[in-house]
Amino acid sequence: MNISDPLTASSPGPRDNCPPFDIDTIRSQFPILQRRIHGHPLAYLDNAATSQKPRAVIDAIQKYYLQHNANVHRGVYQLSEEATHDYEASRDKVQRFINARERAEIIFVRGTTEAINLVAHSFAKPRLNPGDEILISTLEHHSNIVPWQIICQQTGAQLRVIPISDAGEIDTTAVDTLLKPNCRLLSLTHVSNTLGTINPIQQMIRQAHQHGIPVLIDGAQAVPHLQIDVQTLDADFYAFSGHKVYGPTGIGVLYGKREILEQMQPYQGGGDMISEVTFEQTEYNELPYRFEAGTPNIAGAIGLGCALDYLDAIGLQQISRHEQSLLDYATQALSAIRGLRLIGTARNKAGILSFVMDAAHAHDVSTVLDQAGVAIRAGHHCTMPLMARLGVAATARASLALYNNRTDIDALAAGLQEVKRMFK
Amino acid sequence: MNQELRELYQEVIIDHGRHPRNFKVLEDHTHCQKGYNPLCGDRLQLYLRVRPGPQPVIEEASFDGEGCAISMASASLLTESLKGKTPEEAKTLFQQFHQLLTGGGDNTQTDLGKLQVLTGVRAFPTRIKCATLAWHALLGALDQGENKPDNWVSTE
Repeated sequence: MNISDPLTASSPGPRDNCPPFDIDTIRSQFPILQRRIHGHPLAYLDNAATSQKPRAVIDAIQKYYLQHNANVHRGVYQLSEEATHDYEASRDKVQRFINARERAEIIFVRGTTEAINLVAHSFAKPRLNPGDEILISTLEHHSNIVPWQIICQQTGAQLRVIPISDAGEIDTTAVDTLLKPNCRLLSLTHVSNTLGTINPIQQMIRQAHQHGIPVLIDGAQAVPHLQIDVQTLDADFYAFSGHKVYGPTGIGVLYGKREILEQMQPYQGGGDMISEVTFEQTEYNELPYRFEAGTPNIAGAIGLGCALDYLDAIGLQQISRHEQSLLDYATQALSAIRGLRLIGTARNKAGILSFVMDAAHAHDVSTVLDQAGVAIRAGHHCTMPLMARLGVAATARASLALYNNRTDIDALAAGLQEVKRMFK
Repeated sequence: MNQELRELYQEVIIDHGRHPRNFKVLEDHTHCQKGYNPLCGDRLQLYLRVRPGPQPVIEEASFDGEGCAISMASASLLTESLKGKTPEEAKTLFQQFHQLLTGGGDNTQTDLGKLQVLTGVRAFPTRIKCATLAWHALLGALDQGENKPDNWVSTE
């Protein structure tokens, strides 16, 4: 175990008001898990791509459209007040969920991708000069690579990459040499979407801060699985998506420290982000509205707030424990299959299992599994540079969520035996 | 194993996927074209040696690359069926093959011989691009007069 175990480092402590974790009850709260696929019960193991939604979230979205739909922040009538209230209540929920200091630090965006683009354009770009550097890691998703390439092209800055070990762990000894005086930002994933590696971000944020370098954390794969405390982490920015955390698509969050957000110019202009507009000039609205131009995804924010309530009621500690136990079970089950090689064997991992098989290509594996009701992902997982580093063109990836159980893993393992029989 | 899977992964496909024919770089090629499926990362390169003249003929076809059983088998079967065909005949074959997989257009059954084994892909819409990757490379290779040889053709 690393000295700064991310599982505990970002956890403020167990909550004592959560009922015991009952997997059958939880499964019954996700209507889609009742579906049969090709005559088999659905074993949904593509949670790193998107998660399924509990009934409560689906109901909250429907209730908004059935009873409260109106635009926010402008109407002087009851419906608009209700919509505004529910939308802003979700901001409070996000603030509490990640323990931000204040609600003004929570910006609603479309998802992690938009959050990173916002930071790239509003924070990084005005501060970058030719020869400056942005530092990322080999583990990054394309959404934490391409936005930096775009602004590097525009400013003459350079993109630098922290190397990883064959197991898929960040080479922390290389980090200090890469945190040079001309480095302007470290942008790092909390959990690798391809390998499941949990990065020691608290330690790395501390390292970066010692050099005066701000840090953006891509938390898309972390928030559903680990308790996040942005103040303990001391992250300058933290981004995540609603749909990976049991909420709807099209909504996400950018957390930023107030003192940094206050120095940033808006990313997009439009309604809601202004306080006064004349044809000569515009005075921008206060935080966080300055970064929320246009009518927001109101139903999405409400659905996300409901999803976070749902997770809070179960407790992230219990969820982490369940998923870790299932990850151990799945790792053993897959390791027992001859001709299967796990890709990504970091000591600290979230519930993601990437693998290749001698018998068949990942796409063929996925097609055969689908016929058995098992949904996994095959391909490069939007991490093509990582795949190149690992020397594989594609992997099959099973990724876990709080509603997965051993039956799902058994179906996966049985399906993989079928793959071996077919392609022997 | 269900019927659809059995039809998709017929023995011929598994055999060609595992032991692709004409899997080599054709050193004296006259045409070559890279093909890429950005969704899954499958890549291959198709080589042709076309005898020039008033009646050009594809004398030799080969490929190399990396991909799933469907894309490798389809490329393998393609190279086998190209030899001896004129470029025009090869383009007609592309059309017929495309119709075989998508069921679009005039579907009067042309017998495509061994290529018929890929009919099972029809039941798997997400895999049609795997089966057509090499074929898009074929069109790219034959249209090379207009293209730079190093360009990728993409299934997207």
